[in-house]
Amino acid sequence: MPSLGPSPYVPDPCCTTLAFYNLDTMFVRGLKRKCFDGEEDVEGTLAGIKAIPSYNLQRQSLLDMSLVKLQLCHMLVEPNLCRSVLIANTVRQIQEEMTQDGTWQMISTQSTGQTSLDRLVSTDILCRSSREQAEGKHVPGYGTLSKDFEGDEGQDSSETMSTASSVQAPRNLQGNVWEMENPQENKGNFQKSLDQIFETLENKSPNSVEDLFSEVDNSYYDLDTMLTGMMSNTKMGHCDGLETFSSPTNTASNSNCKSDLNELDHIVEILVES
Amino acid sequence: MSHKQAGGPAGESAADWCLYQLNGAAEFEVSEADIISTVEFNHTGELLATGDKGGRVVIFQREPESKNEPYNQGEYNVYSTFQSHEPEFDYLKSLEIEEKINKIKWLPQQNAAHSLLSTNDKTIKLWKITERDKRPEGYNLKDEEGKLKDLSTVTSLQVPVLKPMDLMVEVTPRRIFANGHTYHVNSISVNSDCETYMSADDLRINLWHLAITDRSFNIVDIKPANMEDLTEVITASEFHPHHCNLFVYSSSKGSLRLCDMRASALCDKHSKLYEEPEDPSNRSFFSEIISSVSDVKFSHSGRYMLTRDYLTVKVWDLNMETKPVETYQVHDYLRSKLCSLYENDCIFDKFECAWNGSDSVIMTGAYNNFFRMFDRNTKRDVTLEASRESSKPRAILKPRRVCVGGKRRKDDISVDSLDFTKKILHTAWHPTENIIAIAATNNLYIFQDKVNSEMH
Repeated sequence: MPSLGPSPYVPDPCCTTLAFYNLDTMFVRGLKRKCFDGEEDVEGTLAGIKAIPSYNLQRQSLLDMSLVKLQLCHMLVEPNLCRSVLIANTVRQIQEEMTQDGTWQMISTQSTGQTSLDRLVSTDILCRSSREQAEGKHVPGYGTLSKDFEGDEGQDSSETMSTASSVQAPRNLQGNVWEMENPQENKGNFQKSLDQIFETLENKSPNSVEDLFSEVDNSYYDLDTMLTGMMSNTKMGHCDGLETFSSPTNTASNSNCKSDLNELDHIVEILVES
Repeated sequence: MSHKQAGGPAGESAADWCLYQLNGAAEFEVSEADIISTVEFNHTGELLATGDKGGRVVIFQREPESKNEPYNQGEYNVYSTFQSHEPEFDYLKSLEIEEKINKIKWLPQQNAAHSLLSTNDKTIKLWKITERDKRPEGYNLKDEEGKLKDLSTVTSLQVPVLKPMDLMVEVTPRRIFANGHTYHVNSISVNSDCETYMSADDLRINLWHLAITDRSFNIVDIKPANMEDLTEVITASEFHPHHCNLFVYSSSKGSLRLCDMRASALCDKHSKLYEEPEDPSNRSFFSEIISSVSDVKFSHSGRYMLTRDYLTVKVWDLNMETKPVETYQVHDYLRSKLCSLYENDCIFDKFECAWNGSDSVIMTGAYNNFFRMFDRNTKRDVTLEASRESSKPRAILKPRRVCVGGKRRKDDISVDSLDFTKKILHTAWHPTENIIAIAATNNLYIFQDKVNSEMH
């Protein structure tokens, strides 16, 4: 086997060592720093934030992180089934708890068209596997899970609307939960993280999709260097991975909802071609 | 809350471990393909096999001991290296099949040759390792180079004679057990009947006959009719060392199922279910993930099972299903860091565990190239490190300590400084002696007990 370059085991100070003062704050802060606002430096945020984010906020962050992990592992060529199942179970747990809490609610009919389009687009993008997008289906997150789990069965999974609502609800919920906490910042942050995910999908170069799949893979034993022909140098959190893909030509702008829909078609095209 | 390391005063263990051998390139020369993915001693301990991510198998053989110097026990030298698996492409699913060797299991030796099974995600192969140290000379019909002689030159008959030659180790693939698994093979286990073996993937376990490659029997199938209902996968499995009808498999939910093949052809219904009820005070969103069993090993006696989950190793008595008889904390200081470990995927790392030959000590790996040993009798435990810096040949390994706040001794390492890229996932213990093989990324460390080579 040819040597594939330098070792991947250069410790990433962000992820491989746990130099946290307070794990709870760091956990959420870390997500904020990596996902939402890449420009702030670590020391600044550490010094600035004093309050410990609420349980609900942490739980929401965990849910977001898990969904992204699932989505990304859908796109990986060889998903590790055990890992996928464990992450999916975690997502279910969170959703069950949120249902019991009563923090789980459907969109109210009074929400503006703008907001619901936001939610619709974001949910779909996050929850679709590339295959679903290619087929133009609106399949909820769990539908894609089953696609991923199925080996050579080749059958279409049945679309269960119960899971559809359960996956879409957290997105719809953003407004409700975060309104209680810190509305402006958190809504903006969430939108920004979604934008970053969209950006990666918009990246036009032919190898970009494969790059996306390879570099966000965190587990050493899933590194598929044969497929990608490259090795990541750092062990990245999923958010770090997303940041590195932002090509200089795609500016991180807050997209208009209507243009999101057009971009959706564009993304589908790219994924189908790749 | 600061945690003290489990087991009382750190560093006391009946054995003094020292580095015996170190094989592998220095860290800056690591290539992905050299990462060791499995380590296994054979039944006598004479041979040690390692598999790596590049699909290669390296077999080490122990040199016979020198009677003059009792401390200078036999070294493990490279005996054979061969390419077991190659990367493949599944055209139907458009998936790469990695050549990484997931597991190696030796067959009990039945003649002069050695045999082992090696597997990647999909295909199991039976390899036969033979030695050749003699060759025949003096054929009647062939000359020295093997060409046929002109018959007119043959005037008398001679009997070919075996002459010694340089030792040649030949490895040949005798059987290839392919197309038995849709999902990734995580374990193989040879039955005590020496005729059959099983292979387990995420959802199914197959029983094979060692001589038959075109057929296997499915003995466990936990695939749900609707894949959306999938919540649990098989993580490891092993045959009982003495009872050829019994085997155990572990799941991602932390349960163990003991199955009896005499009960029915499809062993979906377990004979015994070993499960410990969850501790409500430690409940979190990560409870299930950290309860997932990454390895299960029967004791040599066959009376106990050893399981490893993310934070603990547990000893189970086959006769008691309700809870383990012993639980040892491997690195409980990570309990408060589970969020970060989930984010960077370390929480999904699969550590193996091992018994010593007398079932009195258990061993497992951890992060920062640490590995832990627990003495079941004295209840003492020790943390040792497998690294070039801390291991001088023949010098006794110094016990390490991880501190979480509180008092910090010299040489203690704090939790926040642990290197999570350096993980000891694969370890093996010699079947009869106090010799251990530790795989640290691409390096193979062999440690031995300086004082006592026998079990106590």
